[in-house]
Amino acid sequence: MAAPPEAADVAIIGAGVVGTAIARTLARYDLSVVVLDAATDVGTGTTKANTAILHTGFDAVPGSLESRLLRRGSALLRDYAAQAGIPVERTGALLVAWTGEQRRALPEIEDKARQNGYTAIRPISASGLYQREPHLGPGALAGLEIPDESVICPWTTPLAYATEAVRAGVRLRLGSRVTAVRAGPGGHALATTRGTVKSRWLVNAAGLGGDDIDAMLGGSGGFTIRPRRGELIVFDKLARPLLGSVLLPVPTAQTKGVLVAPTVYGNVLLGPTAEDIDDRSDTDTTAAGLAALLEAGGAIIPDLTGEQVTATYAGLRAATEHRDYQIRVDSRLRYACVAGIRSTGLSASLGIAEYVVDRLGGAGLPLAERSVAAGPPAMPYIGEAGTRPYQDARLIAADPDYGQIVCHCERVTRGEIRAALASTVPPADTGGLRRRTRAMNGRCQGFYCAATVSAMMTAARSAASGGPATDSGQAAAGRPSPELGRLA
Amino acid sequence: MNVDVLIAGAGPAGLAAAIELRRLGVSRVLVVDREAEAGGVPRHSAHTGYGLRDLHRVMTGPAYARHYVRAAVRAGAEVRAGTTVTGLSRSPSWPGLPGGPEPAADATGLTGPARPAGATRHAGGPDPAGAPDPAGAPDPADAADVAGAPDLADAVSPANAAASTGPTGPLSATLTGAGGIETVTAAAVLLATGCRERPRAARLVPGGRPPGVMTTGELQQRVYLHGQQLPGRAVVVGAEHVSFSAMLTLAHAGADVVALVTDQPRQQSYAAFALAAAARWRVPVWTSAAVRRIAGRGRLDGIELADLRTGAVSFVGCDTLVFTADWIPDHELARLAGTQIDPGTRGPAVDTALETSIPGVFAAGNLVHAAETADIAAVGGRHAARQIAAALRGTGPPRTARIPVTVAAPLSWISPNAIHAGGPPPARRRFLLRSGTFRRTARLEVRQGGRVLATARARLVPGRPVHLDAGWMDRTDPSAGPVQVTLQ
Repeated sequence: MAAPPEAADVAIIGAGVVGTAIARTLARYDLSVVVLDAATDVGTGTTKANTAILHTGFDAVPGSLESRLLRRGSALLRDYAAQAGIPVERTGALLVAWTGEQRRALPEIEDKARQNGYTAIRPISASGLYQREPHLGPGALAGLEIPDESVICPWTTPLAYATEAVRAGVRLRLGSRVTAVRAGPGGHALATTRGTVKSRWLVNAAGLGGDDIDAMLGGSGGFTIRPRRGELIVFDKLARPLLGSVLLPVPTAQTKGVLVAPTVYGNVLLGPTAEDIDDRSDTDTTAAGLAALLEAGGAIIPDLTGEQVTATYAGLRAATEHRDYQIRVDSRLRYACVAGIRSTGLSASLGIAEYVVDRLGGAGLPLAERSVAAGPPAMPYIGEAGTRPYQDARLIAADPDYGQIVCHCERVTRGEIRAALASTVPPADTGGLRRRTRAMNGRCQGFYCAATVSAMMTAARSAASGGPATDSGQAAAGRPSPELGRLA
Repeated sequence: MNVDVLIAGAGPAGLAAAIELRRLGVSRVLVVDREAEAGGVPRHSAHTGYGLRDLHRVMTGPAYARHYVRAAVRAGAEVRAGTTVTGLSRSPSWPGLPGGPEPAADATGLTGPARPAGATRHAGGPDPAGAPDPAGAPDPADAADVAGAPDLADAVSPANAAASTGPTGPLSATLTGAGGIETVTAAAVLLATGCRERPRAARLVPGGRPPGVMTTGELQQRVYLHGQQLPGRAVVVGAEHVSFSAMLTLAHAGADVVALVTDQPRQQSYAAFALAAAARWRVPVWTSAAVRRIAGRGRLDGIELADLRTGAVSFVGCDTLVFTADWIPDHELARLAGTQIDPGTRGPAVDTALETSIPGVFAAGNLVHAAETADIAAVGGRHAARQIAAALRGTGPPRTARIPVTVAAPLSWISPNAIHAGGPPPARRRFLLRSGTFRRTARLEVRQGGRVLATARARLVPGRPVHLDAGWMDRTDPSAGPVQVTLQ
């Protein structure tokens, strides 16, 4: 408690996909940066629970900041993902009209896409839809094809940003909730649950807490966060052959509709519901929400209802009373407010970061590029489209732990769990380990592996308390090979 | 590597099959298990009661598992733990059988040296293992346990026979373990991958997702394999045998078990067991009660429990919540291999020889009847072994058209679920059924077309086995369509 306050040029409040993207972008410059988050891991709020789609932004409001940053961000993230090993699959999307009203809305959506600079959109007939998606339920009238819509891993993305940032010297202070912000002669003094942090500049990327932080700075923002809860259902991998593309609903005045999408982990996602709620921590699923989703999903892909549900979850979108992002930079306060990033934050993150850093530079933050840039890290690949460690004979030969499958449903190996526990941004709990490796995320939800994985986690923790965790990142060859368990 | 029989799953069914195959002189039997240790679920089921109908003695789960692993190794089978079957398909190098794109299920039987085409035997011929095993008869496998692996003079080794003529088997499996990735060709494959309990997500129980919510499988591993303590209050969902077993495990781990809750009107275990448990641990069974919501963020607070008779909802505080029973076969491999799935059991559809819709691929144990006790799984494995040995020798029954055997509500499944003319009777000369409702005295009726083949008395308890004598098999007409078992 009596420790001297930590000092930084820039403090970023919020280690979600937006905060970490800004940190990673600032890390290119000769600045000291600290990222604060109340949670014990990166990306635990809105970032972790969404539809996991890398949007093109075809349906954004033309001329909005969201449209612009989404388009830019999605292009940047596509490149970044390829470099960092973030799972992305370009599945394309089909926007399906089921009613006359929806069908009449299609030309306007197509037109809007063109206004948003997305020209690859094209109409598709009902027979075209059924040819592409033979499991589509009856009654589809027409649609639009958006060939560049993709699915992405929402967990690896902020981890990659954070890893790159930390390796470039950014300090990540998790478990530090900001309780007060005081303006002083040297800048901002942030009181946190784990000591004080002083920073010359402040970035508010606090997601669901964005308006609270804004209020600590005088409440000039003019927005209030009203969380919108979205419940989602993840179906068993055995359902994955039921669809090829993301199947999007046509939004109408009455209802936004739900989507059915493949995930990069090989599952099928159904959702989200949209419910405005008051409690900013209420990520409960509800009986009504799940029932509504199953009904809607059964109409889109009837065979889906015959498959098992692997997981259900709910996420909160940081919606405000405004339709657009709430991004403001105040040069007098040396403060950037990055709020109201409703549901497109993942896709737009790098565009938002680029924009915010540019605006901070314009407001006087000195942006001197470092001579040596860290560049994107090589993240452990947890998608289904590429080669997983258990499929990599050479990796297994170098380190037998990568042949030892611990989580059977997701085929996660001991080597991957070991590497995650020793990574640059290690997990704080089994939830964090799930997001880094997929362990325990499968159909059995831990029936087979949870006890073993928990034991590995506990062992790693007690080992870490004995000495600093090493950052091995990938396979360390030459480890003693564990017993194969060959009994005969 | 070439083997005669590859067995996926080293639980009671797989190991009993391996022992029997070796006893019948099949040379190369490889049993693989994805868990770090062979033995299956009994490994972490510490209570007694194992071995009654297969070994004619009673022992604890771990002792039973050890017994089977040792016996299989002594019998000359290779048992490899920590090894996952990550792929299963027709061997592409096998002439006369489709390799890839053509559905394997279309293949009309094994050809080539492993099972020369036309080498069938007459219907009703002697079972290679002698008379079908009536329940309680002395067990040949016990002799094998004691005597070790018999090296029968007339031992057949299709793999050896095939080796001289080129390709070695019609089925090709990819095995992944710490030792690397290996392709194994097998003349026959036995799937004995068992079953698991459906987790709360699959049961669509809404609410929060705190830790402390698990299945019995996870609970047993935590307590018996990792020595975890679970202090605090616990609630068990379900009132079947396994639910009482979970209660014992919780008590062993220091938990205070508040209640067993079931949406059924009565508990479903044996009355004596339930009464003893209730008296010994003073744990009530709350019937007609359903979990409506799981409460807790970060940690489990408790559950909302609805009384199905009155609709009243009450809150029950607890630190651990165990979802028991509600079994589902681990059918991933069966589905990926392309076997036809029975809608009732959700495991592969099997005939009375326990052969799936893919010739040469057999299935036994709780994969085809989730869940029976371990001894029943073992007896089924032994039965499959005899059929496999006969098929390998070319002395199996002629491959005639399968006649499906179906059930109607309130019966939920029957296993096996197909017969053919000249096929063997099922294990213990009985079909196994399940009911979704209680019925003190029910009359089962076996019909084919308009004809009643048999009637039988039964007591129906959800989750408990119902037995149907197979005597009616002789009276079926191969051309009269499916056989249906209904309640009169």
